[in-house]
Amino acid sequence: MKKLLVANRGEIARRVFRSARELGIATVAVYSEADAKAAHVVEADEAIAIGPAAARESYLDMAKVLDAARRSGADAVHPGYGFLSENADFAESVGAAGLTWVGPSPASIRAMGDKQRARALAEAAGVPIVPGSARIAPGDTDGVEAAGATVGYPLLVKAAAGGGGIGMRRVDDPAKLLETVAATQSMAGKAFGDGSVFLERFVPKARHIEIQVFGFGEAGAVHLHERDCSLQRRFQKVIEESPAPGLPEPVRARMAEAAVALCRHTAYCGAGTVEFIVDAVSFEFFFLEMNTRIQVEHPVTEMVTGMDLVAMQLRFASGEMHNLQQSAIRSTGHAVECRLYAENPQKHFMPSPGTLAVFTMPDEAAGLRIDGGYRQGDVVTPFYDPMIAKVIAHGATRDEARAKAAKALRQIEIEGLASNRSFLIACLEDDRFARGDVYTGFIDEHRAGLVASAAEETCP
Amino acid sequence: MAIIDIKTEITGNIWKIEAQPGQRLEEGDTIMILESMKMEIPVSATEDGVLVEILAEEGATVTEGTVVARIEA
Repeated sequence: MKKLLVANRGEIARRVFRSARELGIATVAVYSEADAKAAHVVEADEAIAIGPAAARESYLDMAKVLDAARRSGADAVHPGYGFLSENADFAESVGAAGLTWVGPSPASIRAMGDKQRARALAEAAGVPIVPGSARIAPGDTDGVEAAGATVGYPLLVKAAAGGGGIGMRRVDDPAKLLETVAATQSMAGKAFGDGSVFLERFVPKARHIEIQVFGFGEAGAVHLHERDCSLQRRFQKVIEESPAPGLPEPVRARMAEAAVALCRHTAYCGAGTVEFIVDAVSFEFFFLEMNTRIQVEHPVTEMVTGMDLVAMQLRFASGEMHNLQQSAIRSTGHAVECRLYAENPQKHFMPSPGTLAVFTMPDEAAGLRIDGGYRQGDVVTPFYDPMIAKVIAHGATRDEARAKAAKALRQIEIEGLASNRSFLIACLEDDRFARGDVYTGFIDEHRAGLVASAAEETCP
Repeated sequence: MAIIDIKTEITGNIWKIEAQPGQRLEEGDTIMILESMKMEIPVSATEDGVLVEILAEEGATVTEGTVVARIEA
């Protein structure tokens, strides 16, 4: 690998360039009209314009990205995250053009991108999946109670033809199952023209915990421990950390084993993440999905393991790395990542595009890493995601990491748009968060209090 | 009869226009959908009335507070 094109923008493009430079690989940026002067463009050895601001006409346009690779003479393509990173057709086209694709095989991307197939693969690999029943047709009440007992309570009765939360009813008491099934069937029949329903276990207080994996195809796979990403708003992660607070050691080990088993079963190649939903009370865990790319929150893992995941991706893709011993991967201390978003927590986290009239970040130091894509004066446009930067802190303990992250966030000066800077501090310093009482409903349930604390932070 | 200005709450791109001039709207009905930072944000009627005009085109970028439609209420 001599010259790498990164088919992405912002902080992740810069992140990939950094590892490429360290490995002596030349870098090529691509950019839309909105990003002509962006930090990632300035930093790359070469930069190629690929079209208008709208992502579908630039960063998502396979032909333009491939043409940029051809024109620049790049011999490899790294997709970053988002955009084309989980597009199997793009991965295939990169290979067909004679270039190295820094990522898993198109077959892996395709399999994991299809929820049903991913679930079936997980089950075949012995990975626990959310217990569910077969379809229950209207009028068919035989075996429903037995199915309910197998699935476990509380459970959801879901319309087979529904989706997005429509046609879903919760059952806590087994005695209410039959009547709820009948009511849901009747409603589903009217709403969707198909009265079939199925049962699925419901996790009332859930955590999102994922295992970072790295697969070497037929040569096996390793894990790089877990990340807890339970703090979310609108299903997007806000704060991530490793290790997951309070996760019992045997559960941690079983989750890691399950993730590695899935990689082995599919002869997975490269970096990936196996996401689980974990019952915050019982610590039962179930497969959610597998992301076949580098994740936004990968620095958390890098901070605790001291490993460079992007460098591993590049070395594996170029054939310089064939395997890794699990025993060589150790997790030390605690790391936490906070995503600085251009959004307004007081207006339900509405996006807030604008110009960074003032923007200074603290300097990186021991145990403090800043991954960002913007500089003072840059415009955060409405065209792409609202993430401005990530603040990643590492400490000997969770409290030390929390304090370090909060201190760094306090040092950020940001004006010209609304940001969640103070809100992040409020989360880090919240008593419940400090105790490790994290779950996916944390921000929604505590929003008012967190926003109030954040307001005090802004106006002392 | 009053003419009401419908303004955007945030900076974004007009993704889809959903209502036509002349159409009767109720408060809360979606007139158009903005796209900003990968989120879809509806621009809705603030009162019951008739949509008089649409002042923006699909694909256009609008800043916060731009009048994008008028309603006769």
